[in-house]
Amino acid sequence: MPKMDYIDAIRLAMKEEMERDEDVFVLGEDVGYKGGVFTTTKGLLDQFGEERVLDTPLAESAIVGTAIGAAMYGMRPIAEMQYSDFMFPATNQIISEAAKIRYRSNNDWNCPLVIRAPIGGGIFGGLYHSQCPESVFFGTPGLKIVAPYTPYDAKGLLKAAVRDPDPVIYFENKKCYKLVNGDVPEEDYTVPIGKANVLREGDDITVISYSLPLHFIMEAAAELEEEGITAHVLDLRSLQPLDKEGLLAAARRTGKVLIVHEDNKFGGIGGEVSAIIAEEMLYELDAPIMRLCGPDVPAMPINPPGEKFFMLNKDKVKEAMKRLAVY
Amino acid sequence: MSQSESAVQQTKHAALGLTDEQVLEMYKVMVTARRYDERCLLLQRAGKIKFHVSGIGQEAAQVGAAFALDREQDYYLPYYRDYAFVLSVGMTLRELMLCLFSKVDDPNSGGRQMPGHFGSKRLRIVTGSSPVTTQVPHAVGFALAAKMKRKDFVTFVTFGDGSSNQGDFHEGANMAGVHKLPVIFMCENNQYAISVPLHKQVGGQIADRAIGYGFPGVAVDGNDPLEVYRVMKEARARAASGEGPTLVETVMYRLSPHSTSDEDLAYRTKEEVDANRDKDGIPKFRQYLIDCGIWNEEREAEMLQEIKAALDDATKFGEQAPFPEPEDILYHVYAGDDEGRGGH
Repeated sequence: MPKMDYIDAIRLAMKEEMERDEDVFVLGEDVGYKGGVFTTTKGLLDQFGEERVLDTPLAESAIVGTAIGAAMYGMRPIAEMQYSDFMFPATNQIISEAAKIRYRSNNDWNCPLVIRAPIGGGIFGGLYHSQCPESVFFGTPGLKIVAPYTPYDAKGLLKAAVRDPDPVIYFENKKCYKLVNGDVPEEDYTVPIGKANVLREGDDITVISYSLPLHFIMEAAAELEEEGITAHVLDLRSLQPLDKEGLLAAARRTGKVLIVHEDNKFGGIGGEVSAIIAEEMLYELDAPIMRLCGPDVPAMPINPPGEKFFMLNKDKVKEAMKRLAVY
Repeated sequence: MSQSESAVQQTKHAALGLTDEQVLEMYKVMVTARRYDERCLLLQRAGKIKFHVSGIGQEAAQVGAAFALDREQDYYLPYYRDYAFVLSVGMTLRELMLCLFSKVDDPNSGGRQMPGHFGSKRLRIVTGSSPVTTQVPHAVGFALAAKMKRKDFVTFVTFGDGSSNQGDFHEGANMAGVHKLPVIFMCENNQYAISVPLHKQVGGQIADRAIGYGFPGVAVDGNDPLEVYRVMKEARARAASGEGPTLVETVMYRLSPHSTSDEDLAYRTKEEVDANRDKDGIPKFRQYLIDCGIWNEEREAEMLQEIKAALDDATKFGEQAPFPEPEDILYHVYAGDDEGRGGH
C-alpha cells in the first residue's frame, strides 16, 4: 500500500473525485495557477482547466455563496477557505444558508457542498493563521463537520464529503500536511461520515480526540506503554454528527476519559463529548472526565514561547494521560 | 381582435414585441397580486394569520421583469415582496395561501418559513431566507453552473434598496462581473429599508454601482411595467449572449408598511404615502390598456369578479388545509432522515 503525506491524500481525493464526476469543481483564492497557498490544489488546474479549478476574487462570502448556488443547481463544488481564520465572512452563508436549505425548503432543495478549511497552529501563524474554529460551527444542525487526522481518513472523508448530499465542512489540519504520513490504498474508497475510529487499543485510560493532537497522543501512548500504562485512543474523525455509540464504547473500555483538542476548552467539542458520557454512563466512570485543550484566549501569538505555551505537544498530553491513569 | 386597430398606430407594447393578450395577462397578474396582498393584510388584521410582508406598489416592476424572462427555463431567486413575480412564473393563489396559513402542503417550505419566503424546484424558484441578500451569491452560483454546463438559462435575482448595501450584493456582483455570468440583478428600490429612507441608506445611485463591477446598471421607472420589460429584455439578451450581468434598479415606492408588524407613520407622513399612491403603476397601466382600446370597465369588472372568486377559493383552501404534524419539524435536517416514516 502506498504511503503518502496528509496533504497529498487531500489533493488525490480531489483529483479522483474530479475525474469521477465532471460536476465536481474547486473554487477559492489562489487555488488555480498557484495551486493553493499550501499546494493543496497543485496540478489540478493543468489537468482540469481553469473553469473547474476556479481562482476567485478575495471574498469568502461570495466563494461560499456562489458554491451554494451551484450546489443547489446540482454541481458538486469544493469551496476552499484559504485559512479557517478567514472563513468568518462566509459564516452567514454557511449557517443561515447552506445548513438550512434542505430544512427550510421541506426537502425540495439541497446543498451538496464541501467547504475545505485549514485549521490549527504551531506554524508561527499568529492570531489569524492558527485558529481552530470548530466550535463556531459545531452545534449547527444541517451541517456535517469532519476533521481527519490520518492520510487514509483525509482522502476517504473528503471523497465521502464530495458525494454527500448535504453540506460538509472539512477541517484539514495545516500542521498535519507534511507531518503526518501513512498508508493510502490505491483503490477507490470512502470513510463514512459520523463514524469514529479506534487508533489504538488499551485498557487503562481512554483518550478521545481529533486532528493534530492525535499525533502527540499516539507518541505519548507508545511511551506510556513502556511504563505499563495502556491507552485506548479514539479518533472522532467526524465532529458532526458525533459517533455517540463509538465514543461511549471507547469510554466504557477503561472508565477513565481524557478529551483532547487544540480549540480552546470553554464551549469546545470536548464539553459535548463529556456531557454525552456523563448522561449515558456516569456510574461506569472510575475518574472525573478530564479535558486538555487550548487555553481560553482569543488565539495563539506568533512569538515562539507564547505559541509553544498555547500548543499541545507530546509532553503535555503524556502528563495529562499519566495523571488520569494514576487517578 | 385588436390587430387591425394596432396596425393603424403601433402601441408601445406592440413595439416591444408584446401581444395584446400578453399585456392583458400582465395586468391581470398585477391586479391579482394586489388583491392577494390586500387579502393578506385583512386576514392578518382579523387574526387568521400571524404575519404578512407586503409587496404593494411593486407589482408593475415584478410583472414587467417576469414577462421578459424565459419562463420555460430561467432560474429565479425572488425576495420576500415578489408575489406578483411568483404568480407570473406559475405559483398559484392556492399555493400562496397554503404558504400564508403555514400549511403542510405549502410548496415553498411546508409551512416552516414565514410567508413570502419563496421556493419551488418545480417552478425553478430557488429557496430563500430572511437574512437579506444572501440570495445574490446563490444566483451567481446558478449562473456559474449555467456557464460551466453550457446551458441556455439565465438567472434572475431580486432584492431591496437596503440589500444593495450588504456585502453579499457587492461580492456577488463582482464575482459575476469577473466571470461575465448570465445573471440579472434587479433591485426593487422602494425607498425604504423598514424605516430608514433611501437617503440614509445609499450615498449615490444604486444603478451606478454596477459600473464598479464592470457591467451596465440601469435605473428604470418601476411603476411602468413596459419600461421594466424593455430594460429586462435587453438584460436577458446580454446575459444569454455571453456579455454578462446587468443591474436593473427599478424605482418605486413601498405603499404598505414594511410588514404587518410595522407602524409606518412613525417615520413617514400620510401625505408622502398618498402622493406616491398617485404614481401607482396599476391604475396607470389600466388607463394605458383602455387608451389602447383593448380594455374597458366591463372587462375590468369581470376580471375583478374572477380574481375575487379565485381568492375566496384559495383563502378557504388555505385556511382549511391541515397544518404539518408537530413532529414534522424533526425531519429534513439531512437527507434520508425521514426514512421509514409514512405520510408527509
